[in-house]
Amino acid sequence: MPEPILNISKLEAFYGDFQALYGLDLTVDEGEVLAIIGANGAGKTTLLRSIAGLMRNGPDQIRYRNQPIGALRADQVAARGLALVPEGRQLFPSLSVEENLIIGGRVGRKGPWSLSKVYELFPILDERKHQASTSLSGGQQQMVAIGRALMSNPDLILFDEISLGLAPIIIKDIYDALPGIVGGGMSAVIVEQDVTKALAVSSRVYCLQDGRVSLEGASSTVSREDISRAYFGIE
Amino acid sequence: MEWINAILQGTLLGGLYALFAAGLSLIFGVMRLVNIAHGDLIVLAAYLGLTTTVMLGLHPLVALIVVVPAMAGIGYVLQRAVLNQTLGDDILPPLLVTFGLSVIIQNALLEGYSADPQKLDAGALETASIALGPLAVGVLPLLTFAIAVAVVAGLQWTFYRTALGRAFRAVSDNQDIAQLMGLNKRHVFGQAMALALAVTAVAGLLLGIRTSFDPSIGGGRLIFGFEAVIIGGLGNLWGTLAGGIILGVAQTLGAAINPGWQLLAGHLAFLIVLAVRPNGLFPRISG
Repeated sequence: MPEPILNISKLEAFYGDFQALYGLDLTVDEGEVLAIIGANGAGKTTLLRSIAGLMRNGPDQIRYRNQPIGALRADQVAARGLALVPEGRQLFPSLSVEENLIIGGRVGRKGPWSLSKVYELFPILDERKHQASTSLSGGQQQMVAIGRALMSNPDLILFDEISLGLAPIIIKDIYDALPGIVGGGMSAVIVEQDVTKALAVSSRVYCLQDGRVSLEGASSTVSREDISRAYFGIE
Repeated sequence: MEWINAILQGTLLGGLYALFAAGLSLIFGVMRLVNIAHGDLIVLAAYLGLTTTVMLGLHPLVALIVVVPAMAGIGYVLQRAVLNQTLGDDILPPLLVTFGLSVIIQNALLEGYSADPQKLDAGALETASIALGPLAVGVLPLLTFAIAVAVVAGLQWTFYRTALGRAFRAVSDNQDIAQLMGLNKRHVFGQAMALALAVTAVAGLLLGIRTSFDPSIGGGRLIFGFEAVIIGGLGNLWGTLAGGIILGVAQTLGAAINPGWQLLAGHLAFLIVLAVRPNGLFPRISG
């Protein structure tokens, strides 16, 4: 049995009076790619924001390498080796492509990823490195967002809807690059609307519904019927 | 010749106004904070300069070595202890708190130094001048202008060529995502305020050498700084320098027509720019 790198227990999250997550339990094993699926508003993004430290939670609700991180700030979480590729890319418009990448490496963790490695993975970024990040196409911006997260040399990387709003051909390019990213022993959590895609790249899958886990299993064995039931809550 | 002289003197005066404005512009650019106490912080810097020159017997310009780090330290602590608490989605709390701060600083200075006008003694520098053809140009205004250009160039370089500037721009763009990159925004804001008040220290000392000051004049310096920022265009430091010059020239031209029109002419120039180009003359080109 591999050790869990991330352990979430009884996680609750709120936006003011609105409760988004209800006692959610989840584990990510060392080196695995975990997929999280679910309808809009199921709590997927809230879950990732909580893990990354953008929402504060009880310290022990989220444990990373057996350390409580639930109450830490995002910069403290990042320093421990967690990186988030946010939904909608969210590059810094005032920074050039290369500056966006450099700022990702600010955390200063040692590891295999560097500017030259990112340019090797996405050669187009090398050509465009002095351009404003906003001048790139959506797919190229997504590459910058992924590269920016990799620059911190994370042990666990969280992808939030990486294919949202991108052309199918670009989505294929991004997913083709994925093995080169997580192959080096990095663990990954992928939030994805496209269930087929999510199952294809992951070893295990969680389905969320209304802030709770409605299904958990190995990606290769869960049935379509189980998924639609867990996804839509139809009995 | 009188007009050319007025334009020249106004341009040099604009350097001082740009120094008033640069810190204001920096703070607004990084954290969207409108610092109502900015003028009073300039006056505070002038008083710190007074204490330093009197106690240590230093020349006011040498006192910069003490006052600049002191103001930077005050800025960092002020930001971390007070102003960070006011920042959020609502723009009202920072306005109210810095307004309160303005009142507190004014009264503390009144208590500590009395209402008597003070002046920094810079000796021969105050009256030295060089002949430029038929015109005589004061060394102090010339030096002030040169310092203003150097400060704006330095800030510009810091903003676009250093890791600190990258952090400023990133936090200004998106606070949450910057935090994900390992930048603690509270610390970055503290650094921005420290840098802004370091500039304020320079402005305060040059103000104190140029004219006499008392605890009540902060508000006026705030207005000049504001006008320079708005004329130049928000978020553009070279624009702020240009804004300061336009304000300075308008004031000296007004004074050349009628000595009572100095301030009025400056405000009129500001109003005209605001009416014709509401975003200022050189707004930041957004990417």
